[in-house]
Amino acid sequence: MGFFTLVGRDLRLAVRQSGDSLTVIAFFAIATVLFPFGVGPEAAVLARISAGVVWVTALLAALLSLDRIFAIDFEDGTLDQLVLSGQPLAVVYLAKVAAHWLTTGVPLILLSPILAVTLQMPAEGYGPLMAALALGTPTVSLIGAVGAALVLGTRRGGVLLSLLILPLYIPVLIFGTGAVEAAIIGRSPTPMLTILSGLAVLALSLSPWAASAALRQAVE
Amino acid sequence: MFKDRAKPEPFSGKDLGCRRGGRLVFAGLNFRLDPGGALVLRGANGSGKTTLLRLMAGLSQPTAGKLAWGDSDVEDAELHATRLRYVSHLDAIKPAQTVAENLAFWRALWRRDADNNSVGGALTAMGLSHLADYPARHLSAGQRHRLALARVVAAPAPLWLLDEPGNALDEQSLNALSQIISDHRANGGMVVVASHGAAFVSDAQVLDLGKFAVAHPTHWSDEL
Repeated sequence: MGFFTLVGRDLRLAVRQSGDSLTVIAFFAIATVLFPFGVGPEAAVLARISAGVVWVTALLAALLSLDRIFAIDFEDGTLDQLVLSGQPLAVVYLAKVAAHWLTTGVPLILLSPILAVTLQMPAEGYGPLMAALALGTPTVSLIGAVGAALVLGTRRGGVLLSLLILPLYIPVLIFGTGAVEAAIIGRSPTPMLTILSGLAVLALSLSPWAASAALRQAVE
Repeated sequence: MFKDRAKPEPFSGKDLGCRRGGRLVFAGLNFRLDPGGALVLRGANGSGKTTLLRLMAGLSQPTAGKLAWGDSDVEDAELHATRLRYVSHLDAIKPAQTVAENLAFWRALWRRDADNNSVGGALTAMGLSHLADYPARHLSAGQRHRLALARVVAAPAPLWLLDEPGNALDEQSLNALSQIISDHRANGGMVVVASHGAAFVSDAQVLDLGKFAVAHPTHWSDEL
């Protein structure tokens, strides 16, 4: 009940203050579209790098909004009240992550095939790209929210957050791009997608404990 | 009135000490609050009134001493949180939501229901019912503070911890505050108020934090 109450409130706030989500989506689109201008219009080159470009820009786009997952609640006193709400902090954390994923991860997934077209990605890669993003972006939100909780109250938290969590995204990036590239060359993306699922389960299992401790530390 | 697991019981602190930013703010502090009681925290700026309130709320931990609820030490922060409502300097109001939506959210989170009567009653108690559908971003400082206070009325808990609750309130709002505190105490609730002047709380114990302050050197010494 508390989980859905929190998610519902964050989604309503995201709709009314849609600037944050639109910034993420706009960054994702613009950064991806810049690549053909930078590396040239040659289809073979673009197709070769398309999976990596979409994944890296998706990670960077998500990063734009991560530091705000808890920062506003921390600054306006909401985080104190959430800690005192009687809800387990793990539930508070998972609700914030779910809202973040629904407002940033899902739009990125839906937009990705369109951007893949601009990068000349072969059609066989579209499905695996969306599937890989669907399995990988929850992990991005889960890990990123732990980092966001850890840097609460610090100066230049956004920069610190990037340094802290970008290295942790490397496995997601490797297997996410691997799934798309496997499909493009005619192999099955299933093993890569299975590993991405495993990473998501691992993050879902471990991150609530780390985030709870970080949030309690932040309000002290 | 209150949930079963959060029935009013004596709330006390024994030999409490708290360190903040490497400085011992107070030490050897004792208090006891019985159901229906009120405690006013007094002291100069920086004497630790807010620190003590946050400690009572379980948001921070004492460096010495213990808090007790009835005969049991306060050890489970999540359980203790169900017994209290805390109003701090930060009002936890979302400007993009209406006054009623802000209140209904906390009511739903605390009581697992969205009882519109409770929300409406709390808004009426704090003189905000005519602003129920008003976006919170347009509220004045006093109105925001009244909305924060309405939270404790919408979903009551036995212990209210109020940090400078009279700030920015006009005379009519102070009377409303006095009334909700009286009603709360009449139902067995307890209230702790940090305030330089708390005429809106009658028959209250006064805890002067200056008496528990730890002397600090006025000049840097070699030891530091």
